[in-house]
Amino acid sequence: MDPNSLTFIFLNAALINNFVLALFLGLCPFLGVSAKKETAWNMGLATTFVMLVSSTSAYAINWILTELEIEFLRLICYIAVIASAVQLVEMAVKKLSPALFRALGIFLPLITTNCAILGLALFQTFREYDFLQSLAFSIGAGVGFTLALMLMAGLREKLELAKVPSVSQGAAMSLMLAGLLSLAFMGFAGLGGSHA
Amino acid sequence: MSQPGQTNAEAQAHTPPPTPGIKMLLTLGGISMLAGLLVVLAFQYTAPIIAENQRIAIEKAVFQVVPGAMERRDFFLDAQGLKTATEGDEASGERIYAAYDANGQLKGIALKAEATGYQDVIRILYGYDPACECVTGIRVLKMAETPGLGDKIAFDPDFLANFNALDAALNAARDALANSIVAVKHGNKTQPWQIDAISGATISSAAIGRMINASGQRMFPLIQKNLAQLKGGQ
Amino acid sequence: MALPNQQEKVTLDTFLRGLWEENPVFVMLLGLCPVLAVTNSTMNAIAMGLATTFVLVASSTLVSLLRKFIPKQVRIATYIIIIATFVTIVDYTIQAISLELYNALGAFIQLIVANCVILGRAEAYASKQKLGASVINALGMGAGFTIALLCLGTVRELLGAGTILGFPIFSANFEPWVVMILPPGGFFVLGAWLLLFEYLKQRREKNLLEKEGVTSGSQ
Repeated sequence: MDPNSLTFIFLNAALINNFVLALFLGLCPFLGVSAKKETAWNMGLATTFVMLVSSTSAYAINWILTELEIEFLRLICYIAVIASAVQLVEMAVKKLSPALFRALGIFLPLITTNCAILGLALFQTFREYDFLQSLAFSIGAGVGFTLALMLMAGLREKLELAKVPSVSQGAAMSLMLAGLLSLAFMGFAGLGGSHA
Repeated sequence: MSQPGQTNAEAQAHTPPPTPGIKMLLTLGGISMLAGLLVVLAFQYTAPIIAENQRIAIEKAVFQVVPGAMERRDFFLDAQGLKTATEGDEASGERIYAAYDANGQLKGIALKAEATGYQDVIRILYGYDPACECVTGIRVLKMAETPGLGDKIAFDPDFLANFNALDAALNAARDALANSIVAVKHGNKTQPWQIDAISGATISSAAIGRMINASGQRMFPLIQKNLAQLKGGQ
Repeated sequence: MALPNQQEKVTLDTFLRGLWEENPVFVMLLGLCPVLAVTNSTMNAIAMGLATTFVLVASSTLVSLLRKFIPKQVRIATYIIIIATFVTIVDYTIQAISLELYNALGAFIQLIVANCVILGRAEAYASKQKLGASVINALGMGAGFTIALLCLGTVRELLGAGTILGFPIFSANFEPWVVMILPPGGFFVLGAWLLLFEYLKQRREKNLLEKEGVTSGSQ
């Protein structure tokens, strides 16, 4: 598969170099919100939407900054745009589904400091993706993030009923689980296949 | 937050007056200007140092893949022709690094190449000697291969020895390589244009083969066509 | 801990808190992304720790200095702009010092801006306390963060490559436990450290309970 093709970029972001399990981005919500499948799914959706908005805005901003040759303001502009995008999503969720808003609680505004969103913007800039590639990248990242969250939620829900040593309850267990998931996802390496 | 027994008016008097919008704007504006000033200062101060670091890093790599080189000059090369670093830019062709010895003789050209390896993109700088029509060395610039397995492509001496004189002769029409450069299974190398892959790191080794082949098919005929200008150094 | 709006007197505790009791990584589980990503070698861990400490101290200083001038409604936005500024400065500084280190740390230098520790400190502490206390506290937090990074970095590099700071520790026969420097290893090692701390905490609590049981006589 051509490494610049949209399919490869999507698969790369979702599976081969999964944002959470391979790139270590977005760990705070991953460990904090993944206790129940319902919240995990909603968090994943909200994050994917913010990713899309941020990715598009980052592309536009980068283009403007490069034209004006003031790239050193890039980081400040990116984080400002992400904060605004999160604000927007927060207002939208509050209006459309107050129950969801309450369920997500503090984690919705915390998407601002979610390394995954900023990491997404930075990676797409470093790799110099064009607009369509950036879209594929952000959708793939969102899907991968949601997938990791859902897997973790499923595992943790099952674990609630199991007898676990008291020493490992909580974050330690989640991290070990994450390690196993990460190990499993390493199996996706080479998914893109060799190509000329 | 009114206490029991308080009237509404008293409770209202306890809440602070809302911040006027203009004050918020001024604060944000002021902070932004201060931020911008600090960043610009830092940028101006470090830009020359960073440029120097990058120059040193590139030259170290170029002089490693082109043995005997002392001086480097950048060119931009594509099917339309050769341009010097001042005449052209990234849009007018691929950047190549021509390396000369102390007497100004062209020792070789260093080019970048990249391809997807096992985990992520592998990027290398490799040297090409137009006189012997062969590759003279590679240096891995960036990779994310499995440590202990795929990452051996960067320092395994037997693997790197493949590139000391890798045959890259052009065909009779001088428009492509006579034989495609390719990686073969460990121990099966029979021809000078083949690369002996590292056993256990076939995919990473194959990626090196693919990227040099792709780059060579494209660039070596162009280099030979513009050889006189490259030798002249202008 | 002092009430949030009380001006705290600067004591040794202000600094030490960040090292153990309120260690940003092991206790508060904040800023985990860089902790796992750049600890595949001790050198990277130290560099990231120092960079984060610099941003922490610098932004806490500026926030504390300006705390009386920042209106409540725009405070988060202001803190973020300040933090982003210092991160950009650190980014260029590291590039100027060592390109190799910069390439090793990659995007995670710029990701310091998303590190919850820094924003959390600015919001919870520096915006309410005087300059001296804010700086000392930030230094403590930064030191605690760096120590946590070191804990992970040394273990991962030692087991995964047999070296510390590039110096081989084990003999040439050592078969590196490669998974330790790969992503799963990061999760496992952090989980192991948390396990250890939880075990120590539980043991200490058990000892305290036993001691209380003895002193209060037969129950």
